[in-house]
Amino acid sequence: MPFLALQGLTKRFGDAAAVDDLSLAVEKGEFVSLLGPSGCGKTTTLQMIAGFVEPSAGAIRLGERDLTKVKPALRGLGIVFQSYALFPHMTAAENIAFGLEMRGVGKPEQFRRVADALTLVGLTGFAERYPRRMSGGQQQRVALARALVIKPDVLLLDEPLSNLDAKLREEMQVELRQIQRTVGTTTILVTHDQGEAMALSDRIVVMNCGRVEQIARPTEIYHQPASPFVANFLGRINVLPAHLASGVAMIGGARFPVPGSADGTFSASIRPERVGFAEAGLAGTVKARVFQGHHWLVQVATDAGLVTVIAPNDGRPVPQEGTITHLTWRSEDVALERAS
Amino acid sequence: MSTIATARDRAPWLLTGPALLLFVGIVLIPIAMTVLLSFHDWGQYKGIDPIITLKNWRDIATDSYFFEIFLRTFRIALMVTVIAVAIGTPEAYILNRMRAPWRGIFLVIVLGPLLISVVARTLGWALLFGSTGVINVALVRLGLLAAPVQFMFSETGMVIALTHVLVPFVVISVWASLQRLDPQVESAALSLGASAFTVLRRIVLPQVMPGILSGAIVVFALAASAFATPAIIGGRRLKVASTLAYDEFLNTLNWPLGAAVAVLLLIAVAAIIVGSNRLVERRYAEVFE
Repeated sequence: MPFLALQGLTKRFGDAAAVDDLSLAVEKGEFVSLLGPSGCGKTTTLQMIAGFVEPSAGAIRLGERDLTKVKPALRGLGIVFQSYALFPHMTAAENIAFGLEMRGVGKPEQFRRVADALTLVGLTGFAERYPRRMSGGQQQRVALARALVIKPDVLLLDEPLSNLDAKLREEMQVELRQIQRTVGTTTILVTHDQGEAMALSDRIVVMNCGRVEQIARPTEIYHQPASPFVANFLGRINVLPAHLASGVAMIGGARFPVPGSADGTFSASIRPERVGFAEAGLAGTVKARVFQGHHWLVQVATDAGLVTVIAPNDGRPVPQEGTITHLTWRSEDVALERAS
Repeated sequence: MSTIATARDRAPWLLTGPALLLFVGIVLIPIAMTVLLSFHDWGQYKGIDPIITLKNWRDIATDSYFFEIFLRTFRIALMVTVIAVAIGTPEAYILNRMRAPWRGIFLVIVLGPLLISVVARTLGWALLFGSTGVINVALVRLGLLAAPVQFMFSETGMVIALTHVLVPFVVISVWASLQRLDPQVESAALSLGASAFTVLRRIVLPQVMPGILSGAIVVFALAASAFATPAIIGGRRLKVASTLAYDEFLNTLNWPLGAAVAVLLLIAVAAIIVGSNRLVERRYAEVFE
């Protein structure tokens, strides 16, 4: 039996469905991300779980409890908002203590738990600071401590890292994951950043236009996308026309063995980092070559169209712009879909 | 090199010069002249005597007549401030939560008193207040009052009429700080288990406090220095500082004494405003920008 269950959750605004028949079962202690472009319904889903938006249909169950009609104040969930939503007129310690105070926790225990929470998020010594005097990352930690200190059944994170700069975001990702592992709170993260979702989650729910596209582990989502939308949303992908006949795929004049015996016109999807340079294979001219530090981004014009290659910066030569090269890949790295 | 530097130094003065001259000409010089005037002597038959004396100031400081008027002025201003804040703050909160067409309509209604000439508005109150006015007649007919209440020439009447016109200043000021609130902050408090009332008291109210206080300062200053409303509602019977100064100037023709009253009112109001403003800024510097 799942810990948190969303059953046929639907939210309509007028005629438009912001969330359409979403079902999801989350296990206790699991970290699940809702991933999708803006307007895909991920935030509406989170707000329905939090209780700020009333579902048009469907149910939300937490363990044995039916949360669907419960007021937000009584759901006992911890929420970290995109804007952090700290109380500006309270110090960090007062912010964190607020939820405990609302629960009637005694002063000495409040004090102890606030101190523990500050230590957990690495903000010992910041107790008396006002939010205005803290950096974005520190405010973020206070918001996390405030949500966790009430020992919530579920932690909801609404794009919590989107206001941080790239380096800090990466650090916070690692830290967030460690904290979540330590306290073991079931967590739901809403994000539009596929890197963030893959770095943090046990499972990812990819959403588009209010519907679920795929629910799977990060590696599975990345390597076996259920739809072209998922494939595109989780990083770059090359889609090339392929003609299949008796176990061989013809892609732009080159022949590649494929498993199975399907015949006809297909589209072949290959991740750019799985394409390699070789002596033989799909021939093309290097159009552009961009150095990006830990890898090269190369664009090769072939008979099958423009192919993007991500080559690791591992010391091996990368073809110069304007030279002729050949591209190859392993057959298991290609996803084939019958062209409509 | 040095010519460029001096030209650059001069530019701010040249640019602000016209406005500065106007300000000096129509504000600072008259005030300086009034201050000087307050030290001159005056007599029934000799008129203004341009010598320097502390006579007017001694009169004001020692005569309980003046003390009573200044006390009344600030008592009325304080009452108006308290009532205007008590009415204006919830009003702003409700306005802020209204939806599109209603919000605009009610905002115009709230600001209405400011759009009407002070004389027309106050004479309107005088009509309502009279012993045969609508308010008294209605209260008596409803059996709420045995006899008509004396609103005219009373502090109550002044407080009501001044509050009516000054509430919008609180509404605007509080509304401005309400609009700066992050709605997610209220959601955060709710999610932590706070009731709607607790959110209002512990989260919303402290955050709009600077708005309430700055609205209160404006209301206090305007109520303490109001002239037309006390003049019409209070008449010659119930004087406040501004009507007292007016009477000394235009009825008694004792300009130096009127000037001393006016200067004292100016100093008192300015001191209160600057003092409370400093207090507000110091109290909230840590918390808000």
